[in-house]
Amino acid sequence: MKDTNSTLIRLNDLDLKFSKDVKKMSGTDFHTCLQCRSCSGGCPFSEYMDYMPNGVMRLVQLGLKSEALACNTIWICVGCHTCSIQCPMAIDIAAVMDALREKALAEQVEAQEPDILNFHCEVLKSIERYGRTHKIEIMLRYKLKTRDLVSDWAVGMKMLAKRKLDLTPSRVERIGEVKKIFKE
Amino acid sequence: MAASPSIDVSYFPGCSLATTAKENNQSLIECCRKVGIQLLELADWNCCGSSSAHSIHRQIAFDLACRNLSLSPPGRPLVTACPSCTLRLKHAQHRLKNDPAARERYAGMWGRPFDADLRVRHFFGLLEEVDLERLLAASGHVRIGLNFAPYYGCMLNRPFALRSGSNYHGIMEKTLAKLGLRSLIWGHASQCCGTFLTVARPDIVTPKVNLIMQGAAESGADCIVTACAMCHMNLEVRCNLKNPVPIFHFSEILSLAFGTTRHQDWFSRHLIDPRPLLKRMGLTA
Repeated sequence: MKDTNSTLIRLNDLDLKFSKDVKKMSGTDFHTCLQCRSCSGGCPFSEYMDYMPNGVMRLVQLGLKSEALACNTIWICVGCHTCSIQCPMAIDIAAVMDALREKALAEQVEAQEPDILNFHCEVLKSIERYGRTHKIEIMLRYKLKTRDLVSDWAVGMKMLAKRKLDLTPSRVERIGEVKKIFKE
Repeated sequence: MAASPSIDVSYFPGCSLATTAKENNQSLIECCRKVGIQLLELADWNCCGSSSAHSIHRQIAFDLACRNLSLSPPGRPLVTACPSCTLRLKHAQHRLKNDPAARERYAGMWGRPFDADLRVRHFFGLLEEVDLERLLAASGHVRIGLNFAPYYGCMLNRPFALRSGSNYHGIMEKTLAKLGLRSLIWGHASQCCGTFLTVARPDIVTPKVNLIMQGAAESGADCIVTACAMCHMNLEVRCNLKNPVPIFHFSEILSLAFGTTRHQDWFSRHLIDPRPLLKRMGLTA
């Protein structure tokens, strides 16, 4: 967690347009957040985040754009909706995380969890290529990109032995239709 | 069994059931057959976009889901079994119903207007409408004396937009009670398994999965029964405890109860081998 005591909020840094953009993209009003921390209490992964979900709500309320886009929280969040369900103010916190990830990518902010982003990119490439996810190829490409071929080798072998990984991809026939989605 | 007429539904298997969880797919088709539902695979379906698409590119996530909706023949519900696919398809449908610009994009991309009458349904929803007791009585079903921890995972949770739908919690307990299984109360029934973090951050997922697996063992469960193929894989792949309890797909147990003999290819695909347990219970030879 960030040592928030040592961080000053500078009024000149507040970007309220950013706040408005995120509100529009996410379709939820995070300004009603009361900082009750139900989201962070329920989040299964908050212990691995630099800002807890309630902290991210505060960042977007205030328009602290660089902090919100550079935190690792948006990448650790898996979108399990536990926070959204528990929020007494009915804020769809997971949707805010989706919006922040997209904004971070659009503004080329370096992802604090590059491996997670790499994985997402490999999944999308696989879908673009075959229309469906080809898991073994996703894993191999991901491993090559992160230059880590060693870890999980045993897991991969076990999955192959148990026929959980197909060597050839399951494909969409009219792949042009899928490619069109990615071209748009 | 032949007494009940068969209902035809479109079926969206999704990538997990089509590849890594074939035993889930096969047992689902089998138990649906036993309850008089014929699953007709959606022709040329594509990946729903999974977590990765909506995580980094919501437009792609929307379009991928929409192509599947556009392929669905009219007059039949589109049935899903993977909770994550269900969420993606329903989410796109919700947007289409509420946003004229989304409908315009859909029509432009897929060359036909959005079918507002199409029902996207999770398999659990269908099961709620089936008179299971009558079917089980008619088929002379097998009683299964197992204690199980019901595991729904998080993807049947719904964002606010989809709040009016059901999360189907309780259906596995209710259904399996009719088959002789006893459900246990435990703390992890809807806890997230870590989903895709399993690839990039196994250091986060392993302790979470171990907690879930240990929770099941401590509750006295012989096994976990799960609603989600992704959860099934994460629990099996990332658990590093000694003697973990086996994890069944709900569809496997339901098929066993109906006395299926077509299970030869299912249980050998599990990383945590459930066959010794099944044998001990007299459920398989």
